[in-house]
Amino acid sequence: MEAIVDRIIPPDPQTPGGKDAGCAVFIDRQLKGPYGSAAGHYRLGPFIKGTKEQGPQSPLTPAELYRKGLAGLDRYCKAKLGGKPFSQLSADQQDDVLKKVEAGEAKFDDVDARGFFDALLKDVPEGFFSDPIHGGNRDMVGWKMIGFPGIRYDYRDWVHRHNERYPYPPVSIAGRMDWNVKKS
Amino acid sequence: MAQKLPAKDVAIIGLGWTGSILAHELAAAGLDVIAIERGPWRNTATDYPPGYAPDELRFRIRHELFLRPAQTTFTFRNKMNQTALPIRSWGAFMPPNGVGGGGVHWNAETWRFLPSDFVLRTHLTQRYGAAFLPQDMTIQDWGVTFDELEPHYDRFEYLCGTSGQAGNVKGQIIDGGNPFEGPRSRPYPNPPQDQPFGATLFAKAARDLGYKPFPQPSGNMSRAYQNPLGVRLGPCTYCGFCEWFGCGNYSKASPQTTILPVLVRMKNFSARDNSEVTRINLDASGKRATGVTFVDMDGNEWEQPADLVILSAYTIFNVQLLLLSKIGKPYDPVANSGVIGRNFTHQTISDVTSFFDPQKFIFNPFIASGAIGMCIDEFNGDNFDHGPVGFVGGGYMGQVQTNGRPIETAPVPPGTPRWGAQWKKAVKENYQSAQKPGTGVHGSMYSYRDVYVDLDPIYKDRFGRPLARITMDFHDNEIKQNKFLTDKFAEIFQAMGAKQVVKEYRKAPYDITKYQTTHLCGGAIMGTDPQTSAINRYLQCWDVPNLFVMGASGFPQNAGYNPTGTVAALAYWSADAIRDKYLKNPGQLINA
Repeated sequence: MEAIVDRIIPPDPQTPGGKDAGCAVFIDRQLKGPYGSAAGHYRLGPFIKGTKEQGPQSPLTPAELYRKGLAGLDRYCKAKLGGKPFSQLSADQQDDVLKKVEAGEAKFDDVDARGFFDALLKDVPEGFFSDPIHGGNRDMVGWKMIGFPGIRYDYRDWVHRHNERYPYPPVSIAGRMDWNVKKS
Repeated sequence: MAQKLPAKDVAIIGLGWTGSILAHELAAAGLDVIAIERGPWRNTATDYPPGYAPDELRFRIRHELFLRPAQTTFTFRNKMNQTALPIRSWGAFMPPNGVGGGGVHWNAETWRFLPSDFVLRTHLTQRYGAAFLPQDMTIQDWGVTFDELEPHYDRFEYLCGTSGQAGNVKGQIIDGGNPFEGPRSRPYPNPPQDQPFGATLFAKAARDLGYKPFPQPSGNMSRAYQNPLGVRLGPCTYCGFCEWFGCGNYSKASPQTTILPVLVRMKNFSARDNSEVTRINLDASGKRATGVTFVDMDGNEWEQPADLVILSAYTIFNVQLLLLSKIGKPYDPVANSGVIGRNFTHQTISDVTSFFDPQKFIFNPFIASGAIGMCIDEFNGDNFDHGPVGFVGGGYMGQVQTNGRPIETAPVPPGTPRWGAQWKKAVKENYQSAQKPGTGVHGSMYSYRDVYVDLDPIYKDRFGRPLARITMDFHDNEIKQNKFLTDKFAEIFQAMGAKQVVKEYRKAPYDITKYQTTHLCGGAIMGTDPQTSAINRYLQCWDVPNLFVMGASGFPQNAGYNPTGTVAALAYWSADAIRDKYLKNPGQLINA
C-alpha cells in the first residue's frame, strides 16, 4: 500500500508524498472500520449489474476489494515483470503498471482491477486531505500544500479582505503539532 | 402484535422542518401532539460542536448525519422498460434522518418561488399557447397562489432570521435586491451576509453585462438575531462547513435553532426518536386515519392512535408511506390514471468551474457560508421570453460556492491526469484561484408522464416492505434549458477574467451517482382536482381528510429555486387551515 500511495501522490521537494503523509495508515484504518465493511450500505440482493447511471451494485465490501486488488496487483507484476511484487519495482515501472490498470489493460483474475484503482483514486486523496485525526494528512501536509486552514472556524475578520492570502497556519481537530509541549 | 398507546390529538410522522412547524402550531392551539421520528434526537451542543464537527471525512464523505441505505433506500431506473436497482450508497440526493431532518445539514438557501410558478400551466398556456408545451409534460397549477402564501413565507423568514436584500416590497422595486421576486410585505429580518471575493467579482461582472445581481437569501445569520419565538441565533463565522454539517455555532436556521427549544418545553408535546412509522392506519371505511403504527429501535411494534395525522417525512418517504398504507389511488403512467407517485421531479443543476491566473487571484474558497453568494434571476421561471428559445422553465444562477474543503473542492483543469505528480501540482496551483460554485445553475425540472414513483416488485427494506421505485430521466426541455442557462452563466465567469471556463452541461440519462441537490419533489401533489392530485390546496388528503401531507412531495413540478422556503410556507399555510378551518369542522375542506 505504501508503494502505491506514493505513486498516486508522489513526494516533491516542498510536500511529502502519500506514504509520508500517512495515506496507507489512513486507508488501513478506514478498511478496518465501518467503511471497510460497507456498513450502512444497502446489502440485500439480488446483486444485478445495471447501467452506469444506476450506481455500483457489487457485493464486495471495500475491505474485500482491497484484499483481492492488492493480491491481484502483485500477481500481475510478478507474472509480467520478472517475478517482482509491485513494491520492488522502480518508480517508473510502478507508474507504468498503474497506468495499465487505469486504462483497463491490466486485468486481475478474481476482481475488477479498474474498480480497485478507482477506489484508490478516491481513498488516497481522502487520506491526504482529511483531518489528521484519521491517520493521514500527517502534520497537515496536504492542507499546507494548498493553503487550507483546516477548522479555524471563524473568518469574520477575513471575509472582507478580498484577494489577500489568508496568513495563519492550519489547525486540525486535534490542534497542531507545535502546540505540543515536549516534556523531558 | 402492536402494543396500543394512549390516543393523542395529533400524530406527526417525521420531526424535520415541517414536522416541527406543525407540532408547534398545533400544540400552541392546545392540541396534544406526538411526533414520531425515524432517526435520532440531535442537539447542537452534543452532536456537532465546532471543536469536531468540521470533519470533512466523517460528515461529507461518510454521510454521518444522513439516513443509512441499510435502513431503507430506493430503487432507480431511467426508463419504464428497465429493471430498477437499489441505491446501495447515496449519490444524486441525500435523504435526511433524525430530529431536525434536512434542516440540520442544509445550506439554508431560503428562496421564494415566483408568482407565476404557482399558476404554471395557466400562465405558460396563456403566454405561449398550449402547443408550446411538450406533449408528455404534466405540469399543473398548485391551487394556491403566491399572494396567499406571502404571509407564510414572511413568517418562515422571520422565524429563521433570513439574511437578504429585498427586491420588491409591496410592489416597489428596490435596488440591490431581486427585481423579479413577487411583492413581499416587508424586508428580510436581517441584512445580507458579507460576500467573499469571488461572489463580489461575479456580481460586478454580472452588472457590467446588464444583469441585476443580488445576495442569495440566506438562513445563515449576518448578525445576532432573536426570532419571534424568543429563540436566539448567533452571527455566522463563514467557517465553510455548512451543507452536510450541523452548525455548532447556532448560526444556521434549523428546527434546533428556531423552534425546538420552545416546542420541547410545551407540556402537550412529546416525541419518540429512533422510531420508524411503518403504516398509517385506516378505519374500515378506508376514509379515516385512526393513527399510525411504528417500530422502535428494539424492534417493538407500537400503535399510536390519533384523531389527526400529519405526514411530514422526506418527499419520497411520504409517497412510499401513502402507497404502503393504501391511501389514494397509485399512479399508473400507462393508463395515465391515479395520483400517488405522479409528477415526481428533481432539479436541473449544472456546474461551471473557472480557472483564474494564480498570480493574480486568491479567492480563499474556504471562507464561505452555506447560502453565501451573489445571484441573478434574469433566466428563472418565465422572467424572460421563452418563445425564441424553444423550452420552458429556468433557474437562478450565481457564484454560490459554499466551501473550499479539499476532498470535495480541489478542482484541476481538464486534461490533468487523475493522479501522480502532475495531478498534485495542478491541485496546488489551482486551489486558491479556481471558482467552483457547485450548484451554480439551479434550474427547474418540470413533470412528465413517465417520471414517477411506485413500489418496487423485487427489493425490500429491513422490514420486508417493498422499496419505493424511482423512474426518472431528463427530458429534452430540461436539457435545452440547462444548455441555455449554463452558457449564460459561463459568460459571466469569462467576464470576471477567467483564463479557462469549464462547462459541465446536465445531460441525459439522469445519473443516480452524481449529486444534484436533495430537492426531490412531487409524488403526492397538491391541486384542485382529485383525479390529478393527492392533496388539496390546504395539503389535506383528498381521500382521507384527517391526514395532511407536508413537504415538497406536494409540488406539482419543481421551480428553479431551492424548495425549503416554499415547503415551510406551505406548512404554515396548512397549519393555519387546520387550526382555523378544520378543527372547527373536521372534514374535507374543499368540495371538489
